[in-house]
Amino acid sequence: MTNHVSTHPGSGALSGAGERPLVNLALVKGHIVASLVWFFVGLTGGLLFSMQFFRHYPFPGIELLSPGRVRMVHTNMMAYGFILNAFFAGMLWSIPRLTGFPILSDKLGRLFFWGWQVILAFVVGGILTGHAQAVEWGETPVFIDPFISVWVLLGVVNLVAPILKTRGRPLYVTLWYFSASFVWTVLNYLMGNYIPQFFVPGAGGAAIAGLFIHDLVGLFVTPIGWGLMYYFVPSILNRPIWSHALSLVGFWGLAFFYPLNGVHHFLYSTIPMYVQYGAVVSTVAVELVVTTVIVNFFMTLRGMGRTLVTSLPIRWFYTGMVAYFTTCLQCAVQVQLPVQQIIHFTDWVVAHAHLVMFAVFGSWIMGFFTELWPRLVRRPWKSRALLEWHYWLTTLGIWTMFLTLTALGLQQGYLWRGLNPWEDMLRSSIPFWVFRTFTGVLIIAGTVVFAYHAWATARQPVPAAVTERVEGAEPAAP
Amino acid sequence: MNTRWLERASATLGISGFGFFIFSVVAMALGPVVMLRKVPMQTVEQISQNVIPDFYDLLVRYPDEFKKYFGDPGDPPDEAKMRQYFAEALRLGRKVYIAEGCWHCHSQFVRPLADEQLRFGPTSWAAEHQNELQLPPLFGTRRVGPDLIREAGVRSNDWHAAHFYDPQAVVPDSVMPRFTWFFEERKVPYENGVKIVPNQRGLAIITYVQWLGSWVRPPAEGVPLTASAAEDYR
Ligand code: HEC
Ligand code: HEM
Repeated sequence: MTNHVSTHPGSGALSGAGERPLVNLALVKGHIVASLVWFFVGLTGGLLFSMQFFRHYPFPGIELLSPGRVRMVHTNMMAYGFILNAFFAGMLWSIPRLTGFPILSDKLGRLFFWGWQVILAFVVGGILTGHAQAVEWGETPVFIDPFISVWVLLGVVNLVAPILKTRGRPLYVTLWYFSASFVWTVLNYLMGNYIPQFFVPGAGGAAIAGLFIHDLVGLFVTPIGWGLMYYFVPSILNRPIWSHALSLVGFWGLAFFYPLNGVHHFLYSTIPMYVQYGAVVSTVAVELVVTTVIVNFFMTLRGMGRTLVTSLPIRWFYTGMVAYFTTCLQCAVQVQLPVQQIIHFTDWVVAHAHLVMFAVFGSWIMGFFTELWPRLVRRPWKSRALLEWHYWLTTLGIWTMFLTLTALGLQQGYLWRGLNPWEDMLRSSIPFWVFRTFTGVLIIAGTVVFAYHAWATARQPVPAAVTERVEGAEPAAP
Repeated sequence: MNTRWLERASATLGISGFGFFIFSVVAMALGPVVMLRKVPMQTVEQISQNVIPDFYDLLVRYPDEFKKYFGDPGDPPDEAKMRQYFAEALRLGRKVYIAEGCWHCHSQFVRPLADEQLRFGPTSWAAEHQNELQLPPLFGTRRVGPDLIREAGVRSNDWHAAHFYDPQAVVPDSVMPRFTWFFEERKVPYENGVKIVPNQRGLAIITYVQWLGSWVRPPAEGVPLTASAAEDYR
């Protein structure tokens, strides 16, 4: 992988000031390492909680490790620890290269980095000591929310500065997604964490909470993820995106329809029906938009299918895109009210959540980690075999988890429909739940392989010839 | 057609970033809020005017703990005091419900589907969530265990106490976690000298689940029904 020498726009350039390197490599590396650390915290939480489902929770009766609390640690660390840190790494790498300007301030970058890790530690502590907030995916304790709001704003200011410095020049696709997402993420966080908490109860509050859950995925994770794809895929394949018009359709379609989806998390609830129907229609509309994006990316790959074998980043990216198309197709189906009757509240939804969060965004993140790590440590990956193990273990794990839980969700839905006793559902689910934990172990094993490999790669001595090649991508520190 | 203007930061930040987001909030969130403006939010004090019979039952069953954690309402119990304790218990119960992530395994609304009505009870309506204890709303998106918005009176206080202490002791197939920290030991002159009884959080969470849906349950004998509760009762 290391031998597609950088074709990233602007690579190798120093910023105007002459002294300051364009990309702050230490920050990129820091965010990647932090992302992996929190990923392990999140994975451990998921694994522990999954054992509750077959009554083998390893720490019963310990208040600080109450399974319900551990579940919230799991989901929050995945979003704010793993994904957010990873995305900052990707953006700190790509934004300066695309705009030609470095981030606003390296000091601010470090402040954001360390502050954010401290905040995450407090979030874990706060949730485990029983201070969770009742906003799904915003369980970060109420007294930490203001800090998060300020920190997100700091991070955004730092990254939006180079974009604003382009002074009205048309931007590359990636930056459309990033810049819009900056605004969305800040507004969404403020909306979701304060309005239902203090002002609007019941159905109105639930409508807002629904928007929050969905916007966190749809207006933070998704646009940043796609932005990174629009950056990394063409630069690794060394060819432009197939159709600029489709890029436009994809972005503007997503920007318009995605924010309208949120209430589909509460269908058949007491939220007014016009809102629920609106959410259903716009969810289907998103699926149409997504199809254009997928077509665009697969056409970009045309004639170069072999890179799926030779380049692991490309393989991760396109695997993620297949998962993305699957989840979005699923959305269009499962949002239909008759389907909702069966699958809502079941493990089908959990399957869907893992597919989108990990099989899509996790794959993209692992892909660009695989791409960036050798450049950051200035050494080629130590072992091709270990990269393959990482890919196959993780991919096998997440896809089997998805299939198991989807099947289980249908079974649960029909058992409820048939008015079978609740215990029947539990008894018949347990074999699936055991298997789910096993698939989780596969994911963890893959990630352990990757973490070890990254560590071993960073430690190995560098042959001179390789130094040349890898460093070609990046100017040596001035 | 020249679309270059769509590619500038002003358009991506302004139109899609602010514009579309605000449009979505107005359409999807402000709409419901405005439509529900005539159903004012009830405070816990208003809710607690109707003390549920199970709260009196807790006083009878666990008098020492009740008095220790909430206060002594006298004999016969003073109604004003009971209302005040009830409000306290509901607030704390909801706090526990949130802290322990109960809402990630239990929902709090009945959908308008035949099987749910048969299993849980009447379909939810908007007004029953317009109160301080649904701030933030606890609708939930997952049912590992059953919906709880019609839980009032389905089980006895004793059942709940045993169930929170060890769900499998009551429902052998349960995968609900144990919540042993809702309990404490009390010295008694029998049964090896100790008995396990709910502590403050235990009393509060039992009160809270017994309250959920108390407004659709027929009033127990001898318990006064206020006008507003009678109106809500369907
Ligand atoms: C891991 C998921 C999980 C968590 C967390 C959880 N429960 Fe449960 N709960 C269940 C399951 C499964 C059942 C059904 C089996 C049983 O009755 O134990 C259940 C049943 C119940 C019931 C009995 C309903 C009935 O009438 O049959 C109540 C009440 C209840 N839970 C309340 C709570 C409260 C309060 C909390 C938080 C302190 C909580 N649960 C946390 C899974 C969970
Ligand atoms: C070791 C692997 C994993 C295991 C064992 C695991 C386990 C679990 C469990 C048991 C739940 C609760 C499901 C329920 O309430 O029924 C859950 C929820 C969730 N997990 Fe994981 N998980 C794993 C990996 C991940 C990863 C990698 C991500 C994201 C990057 C993730 C994101 C989520 C999300 C978003 C939810 C909430 C789902 C919902 O509420 O519908 N998980 N996970």
